[in-house]
Amino acid sequence: MIAESGHYALVLALGLALIQSIVPLIGARLRDAALMNVARSTALAQLLFVGVSFTALVMLHVNSDFSVANVYENSHSMKPLLYKITGVWGNHEGSMLLWVSILALFGGLVAGFGNNLPLSLRAHVLAVQAWIASAFYLFILVTSNPFLRIVNPPIEGRDLNPVLQDIGLAVHPPMLYLGYVGFSISFSFAIAALMEGRIDAAWARWVRPWTLVAWIFLTLGIAMGSYWAYYELGWGGWWFWDPVENASLMPWLAGTALLHSALVMEKRNALKVWTILLSILTFSLSLLGTFLVRSGVITSVHAFATDPTRGVFILLILCLFIGGSLSLFAGRATSLKQGGLFAPISREGALVLNNLLLTVACAVVLFGTLYPLAMEMLADFKMSVGAPFYNLTFAPLFALLLLAVPFGPMLAWKRGDLLGVTQRLLAAGVAGLVVVAIVWAWVRGGSALAPLAIGLGVFVIAGAVTDLAERTGLVRLPFATVLHRARGLPRSAWGTAFAHAGLGVALIGIVCETTWNSEYIATMKQNEVAHVAGYDLKLDGLFQRQGPNYREMIAEFNVSRDGEAIRVMTPSKRSFTTRGSSTTEAALLTHGASQLYVSLGDATAEGAIAVRIYHKPLVLLIWWGPVLMAFGGVLSLSDRRLRVGAPKPARARQRLQPAE
Amino acid sequence: MTRKQRRMTIIGGSLAVLALAAALVLNALRDSIVFFSTPTMVAEKHVEPGKRFRLGGLVQPGSLQRGDNLAVTFEVADGNAKLPVAYKGILPDLFREGQGVVAEGALDANGVFKADTVLAKHDETYMPKDVADALKKQGHWKDDYGAQASGAARPAAATAQGNPQGAVR
Repeated sequence: MIAESGHYALVLALGLALIQSIVPLIGARLRDAALMNVARSTALAQLLFVGVSFTALVMLHVNSDFSVANVYENSHSMKPLLYKITGVWGNHEGSMLLWVSILALFGGLVAGFGNNLPLSLRAHVLAVQAWIASAFYLFILVTSNPFLRIVNPPIEGRDLNPVLQDIGLAVHPPMLYLGYVGFSISFSFAIAALMEGRIDAAWARWVRPWTLVAWIFLTLGIAMGSYWAYYELGWGGWWFWDPVENASLMPWLAGTALLHSALVMEKRNALKVWTILLSILTFSLSLLGTFLVRSGVITSVHAFATDPTRGVFILLILCLFIGGSLSLFAGRATSLKQGGLFAPISREGALVLNNLLLTVACAVVLFGTLYPLAMEMLADFKMSVGAPFYNLTFAPLFALLLLAVPFGPMLAWKRGDLLGVTQRLLAAGVAGLVVVAIVWAWVRGGSALAPLAIGLGVFVIAGAVTDLAERTGLVRLPFATVLHRARGLPRSAWGTAFAHAGLGVALIGIVCETTWNSEYIATMKQNEVAHVAGYDLKLDGLFQRQGPNYREMIAEFNVSRDGEAIRVMTPSKRSFTTRGSSTTEAALLTHGASQLYVSLGDATAEGAIAVRIYHKPLVLLIWWGPVLMAFGGVLSLSDRRLRVGAPKPARARQRLQPAE
Repeated sequence: MTRKQRRMTIIGGSLAVLALAAALVLNALRDSIVFFSTPTMVAEKHVEPGKRFRLGGLVQPGSLQRGDNLAVTFEVADGNAKLPVAYKGILPDLFREGQGVVAEGALDANGVFKADTVLAKHDETYMPKDVADALKKQGHWKDDYGAQASGAARPAAATAQGNPQGAVR
């Protein structure tokens, strides 16, 4: 019964979405408020029904109802409860259901909290949302229905891929989808603006918080996924330039550009056409990501299924939405009014440069992702584009961007004084150069690139601090005044500083980890000691243990430094009987921002075991950086102007009407 | 500054950045791309020693030999040809004889493929997609590889990074 109700609720949601696709638009043409308001009710009802559908699938997984194909293929009665729940989106069908649930959630939020939007704008936005939703409901119902029953139900399920049986699965996909799908809102707003032919600074003020929310989740989602790969795959890599990772990075780059261009539009009423185009591109890249992951054109950890009909269906959705929105853009963009003027050296100019570098970097990633696919299809040979390609292309562009980051927030709007800003950034620049010199002297020669990159990271962080110091008058003014000014500073200024500093922090982490990572790979016997980066790791012994749905072999290492015992580390290797596969659980020892990383290979016949030990200096900065960025985003989101900026509709009158 | 001048400045700047990016990409394409080959393709094309490529095929049953200090040798076959592979390091969890594998590295002077990375990245049919496609093209695809794939296939990935220089870097 649960499966059937879930299925039925999804069909009802499709029906509602179809109504929401058409009726509000008719209402907007006829200027009929009642028809336009249909969108609000249907969006909320859709959220309810998709919620019912999603809950049904969760219940089926929790109850281990193996008469449902999706549960049989991805669950096991012995699996811990947490993984029974997270396993819902650890497969193709379930993850698509999560995708549409989040889409419905965003639609519901616009419907519920968008009361200060003009009625026709809200109707348009929700209608566009419903187009996207209808396409994906159809996709799920036609090609990937998670509620299909099996005629002869098996007694036991086939279990979830062991690599996915981890807390990471509980956090990473929902976060990522909140980001991906969140950009659908700015897309819908852009299409609505094009359809209405009206766009102004207030539009940007409505779009920015939604974009910011999506961006925050995407940032955290990518960082979380990277950390998960780092500790779960067992060899300490945290970014592989895998097409699927690129698929999440591209919307992030475009979304970051969008955040910045929406700022220009909101403050200065300029770059309107560009902002609209970016909104369309950002969500198009999210759709492209969905296509790459779900269609099976690429092999990766993330690609669940390779069913050609699904690929064709998603490709159709992709062409329809990207093609349609870009044609609409081409037809309507010229009718939008041009905004304010600015000199090339100005805050606007800096933000244009930011956009330019971000979109070009994004284009480079897109090229690297699609080039092997295109070559395979056109020239019929296979190849891979990996880290070396991106190091030569993406890295220089991003270095250029980082060099410009501290200048942006310090330039004035309209017409800036580059010389003055350079003088004020002198201290930050000197700090960067001093760090370059110190690191250079420390490592005595070697590649000049690493010290320079660390210096760049320090410059970005110092630049963010300088900006705050300038704004609060630190050093120049008495301390009490500084405090007062700091309190009066808009939250978005603090947000900017944190987000920019986060970039610098991540850069330092990336450079330190890749340059000074030390590694030890060998077979070890009992009581043997490995020396890595000043640590001594003594293998005390191997133990077997039975887990809920796996057996694991644990190795116990006594870690000491200079004869002083620090901790016991217990990496393990789990073998899952149901799937006949095994996973490597690395053990981590955190020391400041650095980590010692131990993972196991195969045991040999003589009782020795292959081990991999890494010392990764400052590796945690790689993920603290994005966390800082996301924190900056949250601060920015809580800015007063985003909360009270948009005009309120006159609702008071309704409330005063008598009850009868 | 007039609107026209502003537009020209922005267009000029954009073109400069695009040109820079294009130059970077073209430069990178020259030597950072890794091609995929099967043992047959290697035998036919006479790949020169030292050129990096990805080798894909099936691990020849009975060919895996473990040496001292994590050194392993095995053969990769695709039905027509075989190629010996030498690797030092920990093989991925999913590495099995008779099943698909992708190794990255280069040939040495003796015609042995020195791998520095071994990937056993595949779904439940134990067949990497690249390898499956290559086998299908050569007509060596056996239906029993695909038979297990009737359910939704889910991949698992495991990667091994080897270090040919020595144990400690």
